[in-house]
Amino acid sequence: MDRHLVQRLGFALLGVVALIVVIPIVLVIGIILVRGASALSWEFLTAMPREGMTAGGIWPAIVGTLLLTLGTAVVAIPVGVGGAVYLSEYARDTWLTRVVRLAIINLAGVPSVVYGLFGLGLFVLFLQFGTSILAGSLTLAIMTLPIVISAAEEALRAVPTEFRTVSASLGGTRWQGIRHVVLPQAFPGIITGVLLGLLRAAGETAPILFTVAAFYLPYLPRSPFDQTMALPYHLYVISTQVPGMPPEIQYGTALVLLALVLSMNVVATLIRSYYRRKREW
Amino acid sequence: MENEPKIRIEKVSYSYGDVQALREITLDIPVEAITVLFGPAGGGKTTLLRLINRLNDLVDATRMEGHILLDGVDVYRPGVDVTDLRRRVGMVFALPLPLPGTVRENVVYGPMLAGIRDPTRLQEMLVRSLTQAALWAEVKDRLDDSASALSGGQQQRLCIARSLALEPEVLLLDEPTSGLDPISTGMVEESLHELKKEYTIVIVPHSVQQASRVADYAAFFLMGELIEQQAGTRVFTQPREQRTEDYVTGRFG
Repeated sequence: MDRHLVQRLGFALLGVVALIVVIPIVLVIGIILVRGASALSWEFLTAMPREGMTAGGIWPAIVGTLLLTLGTAVVAIPVGVGGAVYLSEYARDTWLTRVVRLAIINLAGVPSVVYGLFGLGLFVLFLQFGTSILAGSLTLAIMTLPIVISAAEEALRAVPTEFRTVSASLGGTRWQGIRHVVLPQAFPGIITGVLLGLLRAAGETAPILFTVAAFYLPYLPRSPFDQTMALPYHLYVISTQVPGMPPEIQYGTALVLLALVLSMNVVATLIRSYYRRKREW
Repeated sequence: MENEPKIRIEKVSYSYGDVQALREITLDIPVEAITVLFGPAGGGKTTLLRLINRLNDLVDATRMEGHILLDGVDVYRPGVDVTDLRRRVGMVFALPLPLPGTVRENVVYGPMLAGIRDPTRLQEMLVRSLTQAALWAEVKDRLDDSASALSGGQQQRLCIARSLALEPEVLLLDEPTSGLDPISTGMVEESLHELKKEYTIVIVPHSVQQASRVADYAAFFLMGELIEQQAGTRVFTQPREQRTEDYVTGRFG
């Protein structure tokens, strides 16, 4: 066969394969948008659920998810970024750091329902936080840590060594170099990793199942020791546990969750591209 | 060299893993003069520079023997404050590498880390060091522009100014003009002639020609050994060693 023809056929085939990646996301967004948009209203977003969740809004679930994401961020960002700075800037290649790295890789592979059970055992029962926002945030934070650490470490390593050398040659301590030169340069990469980790946490159901999520709780939490509703779990509940649920409420809830998570994704992408253009090396 | 040397290097040997980078180097570096370390690549010149301000502390798996004395005090003695040493012994690298940020931020970076916050004093340091590096006239209206917007030659003079801001006693320059055009090179060399009135300068030049233009003292390095050292430019015109002559006359290197 003519080799140019083979090439053209090959490219066409690869193009089709690449297109297959696009189809599911378009379908997911499209179907949810079409079937859920009619449920969206000011009341749906800001009211308490009524009549066994078949009417009213999803306000407590939205607030709950935002609070859980915030709690996750408060724990996962300092621990994750701190750990990454240690691994990238201070740690030498010893058996200890190799064990730590291995742990991070394996932590990333643990199924989320296992995190849920772990959180139940450690935070809810052993530490007696109860089913609470605190326990749920900590559980989600542990699940998020490997993502944050890997992304932050990669961003730190991408900063050329020479910057550290220059800072040292000007009488800077290692920490001063990290604080004033390396971290600001790695910032966009770190923030992107953090957001990607957080949006995964925001959409998870299994880790919050046993640690925080309330089936039906038509008021807002008052302290970190309260339970709360949360969007992913709420979606699960109204899709499988409540008979006679109007489908537009199900799709509307899915739409809100999707919008929340995708908007974080967009923010992450914008930050990354903004700093990439600004970067000077 | 009648006076006490600023830096005395005593039998310094150094290796990275299995690679011997320096073999028993003994060399005195006189005060307020330009000492040139020259020779073909891989001779250990840069390594020696980085040992003087202990920048090689950042490199793992190395071994050093011998002593380096600054004003008679061993810089490797336990208890020496390395950051303080690096403020006294400034360094300029082969490639100009401005820190991210403005011209002003680059120059005051070292003083700020040293804890100087007084704006008047920082401004004085800024003007003085940029003037000393022969850059003031060109950047006095661009102090708050990004340093990376400067030309290569300006960036390298900015890096010199950045080191000078700390008022070091010694300035180490590692092929500071290797990436510069002849005009910028001339300006850097010009400022070195001014600077040696106040500073002890050790430079690894990027060519034999540059070595002979700036040297008050010259030392020839070959594969980790110090072959010979002489005052002035005699090493270029009347070398004692055959290997030095071969190199300066361009027979190898």
